[in-house]
Amino acid sequence: MFSYPTVKVSFIFLAVAVAGLLVADIAITTANPWRDLGQFFLGVATPNFFSTEGLATALLRTVAFAFVGVALGSFFGFLLALVYRRLPVRIFCAFIRAIHELFWALIFLQFFGFHPLTGVLAIAIPYAGIFAKVYSEILDEADPEPGRLLPPGTGSIAAFLYARVPDCWLQLRTYTAYRLECGLRSSAILGFVGLPTLGFYLESSFSMGLYSDAGAMLILFYVLIATMPLWVRPKLLPIYIIAAPFFLGEGLPIVWGNVERFFTEDIVPAPLRNGEGVTGLMPWLGDVMVTEALPGIWNTVVLTQISLVATGILSLLAFPLISRHFGGPVRRTSGHVFLVIARSTPEYILAYILLQLWGPSMLPAVVALALHNGGIIGHLIGRQSNTIHLRPDAPEGFTRYSWELVPRLYRPFLAFLFYRWEIIMRETAILGILGIYTLGFYIDSAIQNIRFDRAMLLILITAALNIGVDALGRYIRRRLALQTMPTC
Amino acid sequence: MPGREFKSLTASFGGERVVGPLSLTINDGEHVALVGKSGAGKSTLIKLMYERVGHEASLIPQELGLVNALPVFHNVFMGQLHQHSAWYNTWTLIRPFQKDRSAISALLEELGMPEKQWTPAASLSGGQRQRVAIARAFYRESPTLLADEPISALDGLLAHHVMDLLTRHFTTSVIALHDVDVALKYCDRIVGIQDGRIALDAPANELELSDITALY
Repeated sequence: MFSYPTVKVSFIFLAVAVAGLLVADIAITTANPWRDLGQFFLGVATPNFFSTEGLATALLRTVAFAFVGVALGSFFGFLLALVYRRLPVRIFCAFIRAIHELFWALIFLQFFGFHPLTGVLAIAIPYAGIFAKVYSEILDEADPEPGRLLPPGTGSIAAFLYARVPDCWLQLRTYTAYRLECGLRSSAILGFVGLPTLGFYLESSFSMGLYSDAGAMLILFYVLIATMPLWVRPKLLPIYIIAAPFFLGEGLPIVWGNVERFFTEDIVPAPLRNGEGVTGLMPWLGDVMVTEALPGIWNTVVLTQISLVATGILSLLAFPLISRHFGGPVRRTSGHVFLVIARSTPEYILAYILLQLWGPSMLPAVVALALHNGGIIGHLIGRQSNTIHLRPDAPEGFTRYSWELVPRLYRPFLAFLFYRWEIIMRETAILGILGIYTLGFYIDSAIQNIRFDRAMLLILITAALNIGVDALGRYIRRRLALQTMPTC
Repeated sequence: MPGREFKSLTASFGGERVVGPLSLTINDGEHVALVGKSGAGKSTLIKLMYERVGHEASLIPQELGLVNALPVFHNVFMGQLHQHSAWYNTWTLIRPFQKDRSAISALLEELGMPEKQWTPAASLSGGQRQRVAIARAFYRESPTLLADEPISALDGLLAHHVMDLLTRHFTTSVIALHDVDVALKYCDRIVGIQDGRIALDAPANELELSDITALY
């Protein structure tokens, strides 16, 4: 069995994750975790939709930020996709998408303050980078033949609009709609840094122990995402996009002096700002590396590797829930509901809830990342398993699972898993804001202490780490000849 | 391409020579049929000639090159994208102008499919798709046609009707055909291709069916 490269790679990752578990900080530190968890589920079961009038506003703001951010991101992403062949554009896009929405929000908060622009740009910028990459991949897939047949002298705009776009229009549309769903999740978690979306109200309800209010918000959020096919209609889209900017709220006015100070003073490394010159820079850099960057990188990598393997195990366990090769319609329906909830809940919200209930350690983060990502991959390979036709006398039960299905699904499964590696790492870094010692923790503390120079350096390091893992993931997928479509 | 000399045409795939070296002169006003076994290099030869004339000809490739998501109208209209401004073309994508509609509907009428003007190319049958590619070639309004098996998916009567149209619409044409009877009936000159080289080149009225079947 070990002669298969896919199996070998899997066991190497498993061994790394087990080693990570030995050094990781995995514990439940609250006095009564199960009682708290029970109270939380009781809250979800008894949702209170009418406690604050803020709930409707928060939902509206969540949708508005998602629409404006994704629309801008998609527009600029499309323009970038046209010139994506150029190396500087590729590097630029890889860079802006390697920085998580929440980090962008934290940066813009420092100089735009609580202005709607902060939330809009926090979504639009990383999304533009992702759109550019995926749009250009989709456009490259278009049949080149019609373009070759065009009469000489055909303008490039006409050639593009007739021979390129129509052929992949459906894919572009499907992917954009899918990103809108991701945009709703991103928009919701922006509330955790103070923007007026769902996360903000969720955090305040939780801190006051109002579990029924929090439950109501989560349920409304699921309903919002589950009903997207009903309310996101091509005909209605222009109306939504034109209307959305008017529902972002007022926020606070931008103080332009802050913007200038941020770029000319705040983010300039302290030794340079204090006139110590380059000689002072090295000790400063060394200090940041030793006290913040290296511990942050270490914890981020450890947590990422454990979560990646946990995600894989959970996906393999979860896909039979929706596979037509097992069980009856009742089990499959409940399986679908479970996976929809797992993948619609942003990992940040899952981690936040679990952290409140179990206390700070890596455990809530691992469980949150595994639930969310395992929900996504489990759903995708479960759906793929439904296209497999087994011979009529194929074995049943566990033998069917282990001999017939897993061997057939293992390659697509690994493809999705390695595709999400970089996404899991980006999320791991961001979970630091919740108090786990990953890079996000050090970035957040640096910002709290008004040391933006350090924060910016750490954000750049985080971006570089993500780009590195993305490249490694792509290398492994290429080596194992695994192919996949993008997921978010 | 009024009277055109093609010198030393060659093509290789994966290091293996599939066409040439061969030279061929096409005179103005001539309708030339390329015949020969499948795999003899006819398709490659048509493509080489299209490259050599700098795309200044109407081309009907075997794979047709239709944009499946666009309706028949726009697929045909693509033959004249170079005649209009970017604005005109973009607007046509949203709302075609009346004069283009009537021109294209007349072409489709000739080809026996007027009712399909707004049907997406994806939902057409093989024969209909082939006629859309032919309509696009007509609409291009080049005097020269380069076509690779343009009637392969059309049945008897329709095939003859379309061949007749093709030879009347274009002053000069080079058409790869597998139907030898059709080639003898509609073309003035037969060029037989064997293993990527010219094995036969004679006026159609001097040839017998048996002269050509020797190539197969």
